[in-house]
Amino acid sequence: MTKFNYTAKDFKSAAEVRWCPGCGDYAIMNAVQKTMADMDIAHKDFAVISGIGCSSRFPYYMSTYGFHTIHGRATAIASGVKSANPALTVWVITGDGDSLAIGGNHFIHLVRRNIDLNLILFNNKIYGLTKGQYSPTSDRGKISKTSPFGTIEDSFVPGQLVLGSRGTFFARAVDSNVKHTQEILAEAAQHQGTSVVEVLQNCVIFNDGIHDFVADPKFRAERQLFLKKGEPMIFGEQEDKGLILENGHLKVVKIGENGITRDDILVHHPEEDNLGLQVALINMALPEFPVAMGVIRSVEAPVYDQEMKKQIETVQSKRKVSCMDELLQSGNTWTVDGENCSEPVKFFDNKCFG
Amino acid sequence: MKDAKVIELEEVAIRFSGDSGDGMQLTGTLFSDTSALLGNDISTFPDYPSEIRAPQGTVGGVSGFQVQFGKKKITTPGDLAHVLVAMNPAAVKANAAFMNPGGTIIFDVDSFSEKNFEKAQFKTNDPFTELKLEDFIKIPVPITSMTKESLKDLELDNKSVLRCKNMFALGLICWMFDRPLDYIEGFIQKKFGKKPVIAEANLKVLHDGYNYGMNIQQATPQYIVHPAPIEKGTYRNINGNLATAWGFLAAAEKSGLELFIGSYPITPATDVLQALAERKDLGVKSFQAEDEIAGICTTIGAAFAGHLAVTSTSGPGFALKSEALGLSVMAELPIVVVNVQRGGPSTGLPTKTEQSDLLQTLYGRNGESPLVVIAASTPSDCFYYAYLSAKIALERMVPVVLLTDGFLGNGSEPWRVPAMAELPPITPRKATNPELFKPYNRDPETLAREWAVPGMEGYEHRIGGLEKNAAGAVSHDPENHHINTEIRAAKVEKVADMIPELELVGEPEGDLLVVGWGGTYGHMISSVRAMQDAGKKVSLAHFNYIKPLPKNTAEVFSKFKKIVVCELNLGQFASYLRDKVPGLHYYQVNKMKGLPFSVHELVENFEKILEA
Repeated sequence: MTKFNYTAKDFKSAAEVRWCPGCGDYAIMNAVQKTMADMDIAHKDFAVISGIGCSSRFPYYMSTYGFHTIHGRATAIASGVKSANPALTVWVITGDGDSLAIGGNHFIHLVRRNIDLNLILFNNKIYGLTKGQYSPTSDRGKISKTSPFGTIEDSFVPGQLVLGSRGTFFARAVDSNVKHTQEILAEAAQHQGTSVVEVLQNCVIFNDGIHDFVADPKFRAERQLFLKKGEPMIFGEQEDKGLILENGHLKVVKIGENGITRDDILVHHPEEDNLGLQVALINMALPEFPVAMGVIRSVEAPVYDQEMKKQIETVQSKRKVSCMDELLQSGNTWTVDGENCSEPVKFFDNKCFG
Repeated sequence: MKDAKVIELEEVAIRFSGDSGDGMQLTGTLFSDTSALLGNDISTFPDYPSEIRAPQGTVGGVSGFQVQFGKKKITTPGDLAHVLVAMNPAAVKANAAFMNPGGTIIFDVDSFSEKNFEKAQFKTNDPFTELKLEDFIKIPVPITSMTKESLKDLELDNKSVLRCKNMFALGLICWMFDRPLDYIEGFIQKKFGKKPVIAEANLKVLHDGYNYGMNIQQATPQYIVHPAPIEKGTYRNINGNLATAWGFLAAAEKSGLELFIGSYPITPATDVLQALAERKDLGVKSFQAEDEIAGICTTIGAAFAGHLAVTSTSGPGFALKSEALGLSVMAELPIVVVNVQRGGPSTGLPTKTEQSDLLQTLYGRNGESPLVVIAASTPSDCFYYAYLSAKIALERMVPVVLLTDGFLGNGSEPWRVPAMAELPPITPRKATNPELFKPYNRDPETLAREWAVPGMEGYEHRIGGLEKNAAGAVSHDPENHHINTEIRAAKVEKVADMIPELELVGEPEGDLLVVGWGGTYGHMISSVRAMQDAGKKVSLAHFNYIKPLPKNTAEVFSKFKKIVVCELNLGQFASYLRDKVPGLHYYQVNKMKGLPFSVHELVENFEKILEA
C-alpha cells in the first residue's frame, strides 16, 4: 500500500527543459522523478538543491521545492537546509566541475559529516556550460579549449575522494542505463547519511562519447561489473568471469579455468567497513578490469543532522534555562534600586518599531 | 602606622598589563565585574596581541586590559590610565604613552632585571627615566617573590606558582580601590572546583596581595569611587559579542522561529559563534562550517528552510562571503551577517579595532546588490541592533549586515537587562495563501516577497541566483531585469519607514555637527559633551542606520555651519554621505591605528575645525 500514489509526472515542473537534445541529463532526471514517486514521501517534503553547471538547472524542471544556488556551494547550502529541517528529503544535483573543483572543500566536508543528503554527481569529465574546458575528472592528456596541448595533471576518481573523506555510501551508474540508475538512486535514497551516486553522463556537445568505451550497451556485460550485496562479483556475457583476491590485489579470473569455481569468487559486501577492497573496486579500469557499477559502499554511521537534533534534545532535557527571560536574568546579575536611581528607559521607546 | 592617602575620584581608569600568558585579561575582567557589582558604571577595553604567546618579556607580547569606572555614566574605557599595573618592563614601555600625567605605576620589581630590560629593548637600566616617567608615582612591589613566598608550603611546581602572580596584583588593586574580594573568591572556587590545590593557591595569593596593600599603605594611595546613579533594574556585565549572540536568541524567541548559526572561527568574531553554540538549551543549531563560504551558505540554506539564520565573521571572512551574500540578495532570503570589524586590509590587525569594512559592506558584491546595513554603537546595544537586524530581515525578506567591531565585541559594560516584553514584535512574512502564492509577489507597501519553506504544502517553488520574473521562472527579459534591479534597491530604501529618525545629542542647530557611526559612540559623546560643557555650539549625530539612512538626515545636516565626520578609516562614511547627502562640506577626522579614538584627540580636532 502506498500513501500517495505518485507517478514520475507528479515531480515534473511546467518549465521547459532546455538541455541539449541527446544530453544524458534527461535520462538521469527521469530516473530521479521515478525514484521520488516510488519513495512515497509527501511531495512538499522534497527539496532539490543545485550549484552551477548544465546539470544544476535540474531544480527548475522539478515541481518540488528547489534552490539553484551558486557555483560549488550546493553541498553547503543543502547542509544548512537539512540541518535546519531533518524531516526534509534533500537531493543535491551537481557536476564534476561544481563539486570537485570550485566546491571541493564543501564536498569532502559534507561527506565527512555524513549529513543525510542524496547527492548525484553528474560526471561528464568536462565543463559544458562554459563550452568545453577540461575538468578535475578529465583524464591526463585531455585536449580541450583550455588544454590545447593536452592536460598535464591527473584527475580525481570521485569514489576515492568520497571514501577518503570517510564516506558512508558510494555508488556508480551510467546515464543511459535508466533502469539500473533508478535502482541505485532508490538505494541511495534509503541510505541514512550522505549518499554519493556518480553517474557517468554524456555531454553530446563538448565531450561526446567520453564514456562510450565503458557504457556501450553492446559490451555492457563484458566491460561493467554490476555489484550486488551478498552476490559474487561475476561479469561477462557468459557470466563466466569473476574477481578474486590474490596477494592482496584484485584479479580477474575465468570460472572453470585453473580449477576456479563460483565459490572462489569474491562476494560483495558494501555494508562492511572494508575500505581497501572498496577502493580497489572503485579503481578498477578497462582494459584490465571491468568498471564497477552499483552500490560499492553503504555502511552505517552516525548521521549529522540526527546527531544535532539529539544533542539539542539531550541538553534540553536537563536544562536550567528554558527561555530568554531566564537567560537574561541568569549568572552574575545585580539589582540597582537606590534612591538616586531613575526609572529605566526602554531601548525601543520613542522609536518607531511597530 | 599613618593612614593611607585617600583620593576620592569621579572616575578612574586602570590598565592591567603583562605578558600575554600573565592572565591580564582575566585579572581585568574580574576587577571590572567586581566594580560593576559594586554599582560603578564601567567600560572596558581589552588590547592584546594576535600571537597567543608572543616571546615573553617583549613589547610585542604585551597584553593589556583597561577598565574605567566611576560614579557617573561612563562612556569610554578612558583615554589615559590613572593606574598602571605592569608585570614587567615591556609592559611599562608599551603603555607609557597611555598614562595620565602623574599617574601611579605599580610594577613587579622582581621582573626588572637586566635580561628583561634587554628583551624590552631598553638602552639603560632605568626604564622610567628613559621613558620620561619621572613625575609618576612608582610603587615597586615584589610580586613574583611574594607569590613564591606565599605558596612555599603548598606543593606546587614553579609554573603553577608563577601563574598565581596575577592574583597578587589583583588583590593589591582591590585593596587600593576598596573592592570586596567575595565575587573573585567565588569565581576562583568555581573555576578550579576540580583542582582544590590550585584554587587554594589562587585564593591565598589574592588575599596576600590585598593584605600587602594594607600593610604598606603609607606608600600607596587608596582611591574611593562612589557608585553611579543609574536606572533601576537588574544589571549584568556584557561584552558586545555576547550581546550580539543574545540579541539573535531574543529575536528567534520573539519571532517563534528556530535559530541557526553557520559560522567559521575568526578573530574577533568567534565569541558570537561560541556563545550561540553554548545555547543548545534554547534549541540553537550551531554549525561550524569548513570555511567562511560554507558559513554563509549553510546559513542561506537554513533560511530557505525557514529558520532565523545568521552568520558571524570579520573583514577577511566577510570578503569570502560576498558571492553568497549576493545570492541572498537575489533569492531575497532573510539572513543576518555580523561583521565584527578589525584592522585591514588582508589579515591586517586581527585583534585591533577599525571601521574600514563599511564600503565593502555597502558595495563589495557583483552587480547591483543592495542590502540593509546597521551598526551597533556600544557593547550592550549590540543586543538591540542584533535583534533589530533579525526583525528587519524577517519582516522585509532582505539580508541585513550588522557591523560591530573589535572594540565593541571585546569591550564590556554593565547593562540593564530588558524583559522580553519590552521588545517589539517580530512578524516573519510567512506565506498564508497557496492559491495566490508566487515566489516574487510583493507587498505593495514594503516590496517584501513572501516566505514559503519546504514542508509547507501547496507552495512548492524554485528560487535561485538567476534573475526571475514574479512567478519565479528564470527570465532574461531586459525589462524584467531593469525593473527588478530597481525593486531590490527600493525595497532596501523602504526600510527607512521602520527605523527611527536621526536624533541629535545637543541643540538642533549650531556651529559644528559631529558625525560618527558605530563603535566610536562612547568617545564621540564624551568629546561632544566636553565641548558643550565648554560652551561650544556642538551637537552629535551618531548613526546606527547606515543603509538606508534615517529619512531626516539631510534636514538635520542643513542646520549646522560645519560638519565633521569622524571614523576609524580613511573617510568611508564621509564619502558615502557625500553621495547620499550631497552639496555639503564634510570635514574629516580619521584614525587608522587599530585603536579607538581618544576623547582628547577628538576635542582637539573639533576645536581646530571650529577655528578654521
